[in-house]
Amino acid sequence: MGYDAPFVIPSASRERRLVGRAALTHLQRLEAESIYILREAIAQSESPVLLYSIGKDSSVLLHLAMKAFYPARPPFPLLHVDTTWKFREMIAFRDARAKALGLELLVHTNEDGIARGVNPFVHGSDVHTDVMKTQALRQALDRHGFDAAIGGARRDEEVSRAKERVFSLRSANHGWDPKRQRPEPWRLYNGLKCKGESMRVFPLSNWTERDVWLYIYQEKIPIVPLYFAAKRPVVKRKGTLIMVDDERMPLGPGEVPQMRSVRFRTLGCYPLTGAIESTAATLPDVILETLAASTSERQGRLIDSDGAASMERKKQEGYF
Amino acid sequence: MFDAPSDQAFESFIDAQSRRDVLRFITCGSVDDGKSTLIGRLLHDANQLFEDQLTRLKRDSRRYGTQDGDIDYALLVDGLAAEREQGITIDVAYRFFATDKRCFVVADTPGHEQYTRNMATGASTADLAVLLVDARKGLTRQTRRHSLILSMLGVRKVVLAINKMDLIGWSQNRFETIVSDYKAYAKKLGFFEIAGIPMSALSGDNVVHPAIAAPWYDGPTLLRHLESVPATETDAHAPFRFPVQWVNHRRGDFRGYAGMISSGKIRVGDRIKIQRSEHEAEVTRIITYDGDLDEAIAGQSVTLALSEEIDVSRGDVLTTLATVRLFADRLSARLFWTGEKPLVAGDQFELKLATATRRATVERVTHRLDPDSAEREHTGHLANNDVGEIVLGLDWPLTMEPYAGNRDLGSFILIDREHFDTVGIGLVLEPDAPLAPRRGERKGRSGLRSVLRQLGFGPAG
Ligand SMILES: Nc1nc2c(ncn2[C@@H]2O[C@H](COP(=O)(O)OP(=O)(O)O)[C@@H](O)[C@H]2O)c(=O)[nH]1
Repeated sequence: MGYDAPFVIPSASRERRLVGRAALTHLQRLEAESIYILREAIAQSESPVLLYSIGKDSSVLLHLAMKAFYPARPPFPLLHVDTTWKFREMIAFRDARAKALGLELLVHTNEDGIARGVNPFVHGSDVHTDVMKTQALRQALDRHGFDAAIGGARRDEEVSRAKERVFSLRSANHGWDPKRQRPEPWRLYNGLKCKGESMRVFPLSNWTERDVWLYIYQEKIPIVPLYFAAKRPVVKRKGTLIMVDDERMPLGPGEVPQMRSVRFRTLGCYPLTGAIESTAATLPDVILETLAASTSERQGRLIDSDGAASMERKKQEGYF
Repeated sequence: MFDAPSDQAFESFIDAQSRRDVLRFITCGSVDDGKSTLIGRLLHDANQLFEDQLTRLKRDSRRYGTQDGDIDYALLVDGLAAEREQGITIDVAYRFFATDKRCFVVADTPGHEQYTRNMATGASTADLAVLLVDARKGLTRQTRRHSLILSMLGVRKVVLAINKMDLIGWSQNRFETIVSDYKAYAKKLGFFEIAGIPMSALSGDNVVHPAIAAPWYDGPTLLRHLESVPATETDAHAPFRFPVQWVNHRRGDFRGYAGMISSGKIRVGDRIKIQRSEHEAEVTRIITYDGDLDEAIAGQSVTLALSEEIDVSRGDVLTTLATVRLFADRLSARLFWTGEKPLVAGDQFELKLATATRRATVERVTHRLDPDSAEREHTGHLANNDVGEIVLGLDWPLTMEPYAGNRDLGSFILIDREHFDTVGIGLVLEPDAPLAPRRGERKGRSGLRSVLRQLGFGPAG
């Protein structure tokens, strides 16, 4: 390159960077990036909220939020959209965590859906998810006037998530338009929005399932015990092991819950969450089993297998 | 729940896992050159596909596939419904895979000209670009346009993947012609390294396993190359720069400045100054949730406490005392314009640079770069997808540096003031640039000062 080169962006400093190499590990860099995103989220919004879904990703997100604003507490409440079908252990864990960390916890349930008796067994996963999760989330965000909702979704989870920005704009109806996503170069997150629109912010975008597990181990982050194998009452339906978590689960004729050693790779509504047979009862065991696994974690989520574009459609309708 | 790790073996497994470094790369090229197929191949051959994903892929291949029912790897990455229906990639998709040597984050980007803006998102954070070329077609306008944007956004290593070699009988001659054409074109783009690899993404030859059909090629396969190329790291030896993101204060007893160290390092006891006010102070604490630190380096998110009660807010930048004043209200910039309407002098935007936002007015459009020749062309406007140079005036100064000196303080986005879309991606060339072209600059050359800055002799700490 020379003086005449019309288009040379200097290389000197770029190459020099190689010298100061590898001072931070990959996990340290992911952590620093997520903290940066969390701070941008609150600096660029009026009324932020953290969507707390109680799973391992939410646990990591909450841990990062504690770090980002330390010594202050995170300047936003937690919101849990409760479909009333979550595992009982999840609810107990949720309340204990919020209390231990001294954070405000908002719980929202779609009362309208309850009144109509919407139920995953009767109405199927599509209707249940739409009414009790998607619509419920929209109600909660509207009711409290939140303009930024921080969530723990990762790009490695699913194909339409892989295309989501870190700062992702939602219309006044909470819809996502994949064709109109904003360019998002470097760390320049654009949080500006018109009246009525809101942001979804995903600080864990660049994490993989592997990173999440390694970080949980490194930081000793508490997670719901359902992630560890234990004897639990399950029935097998369409090849999936479903845990009988309470008496609302209708059993078919001759269907008898069996005690099996199982654990969960992902947590949601118990009737819609498949267990895997496992004896991995400790974190190291789970990590070894996970990193050697031959199925991806969303396999356990029945709502994703509805069709290739189902997640994208749910997101366009306002599902997180 | 947290038993002491059962044995030494687990600890060393964890250790090895956390030591693997990460290479971020981007794939780009024109529509149908085979980007999606290539990524599918990499995921498949590096054994990164889970059984259930394979099952779904086989099912989707029958329904949407373009391979007569055989596995269509493109469906792995084209996740959006519109993409499957139209058989094109609209938006950048991030994929993760790992080998024993390294973890990879790959950004697969759209080839359609209409969606070029989405490519920039993936390019800005990439260590390397894999530029696909269809061996039958050779270099296209889109190859060149993508190369301009890659170069502009600071990507310095390129793999020229000459794909579909199976369709031209693995012709060595053809391969070499395309590579040398490209090297001639790219001379002006400042890439450090251009590696040409002949391959067939469809069969996987030279992607993961060597191509037997091309005994004349003795270079590495794509995966081997990706495993061995050095990743870019942030520079801990550069002067200290700290854009303040958020002020952390608790009534009465605590005040700290939260942010990510952009370059250099800081120790407790170091004296710093606030660029805006030129007030000085000493760093008294480096606070993290895991305890106070004595020292922190580029890339870490920390909170700094200072010895003086001075006015510091979001958008301010802390630097070493020796740093010259970086506070300016006018700049010349290289811009990738993604807005629908042409950009002309007088247009106004919100400009976001690091953590600061200002009102910006376009004072002059200096020239655009012709993607075919990479030559400058005088013009009064930039059209959608053009790369060019402009001069911007700000309503209020902010702390900036040439991109060459500091990426965070030298890059910005322009935001439309009505619908708040991001419509421009820019690099600072020269802060305090003059409004009129300097004498002797009529051909659009940068001044000597600017060239020196670009070469890294800019304001130093
Ligand atoms: N013969 C041959 N066909 C290929 C090769 N790579 C991709 N293709 C085909 O080219 C078409 C476009 O590929 P795709 O991956 O969708 O391109 P994209 O638009 O760049 O993502 C598909 O029909 C592929 O099967 C190759 O190496 N050889």
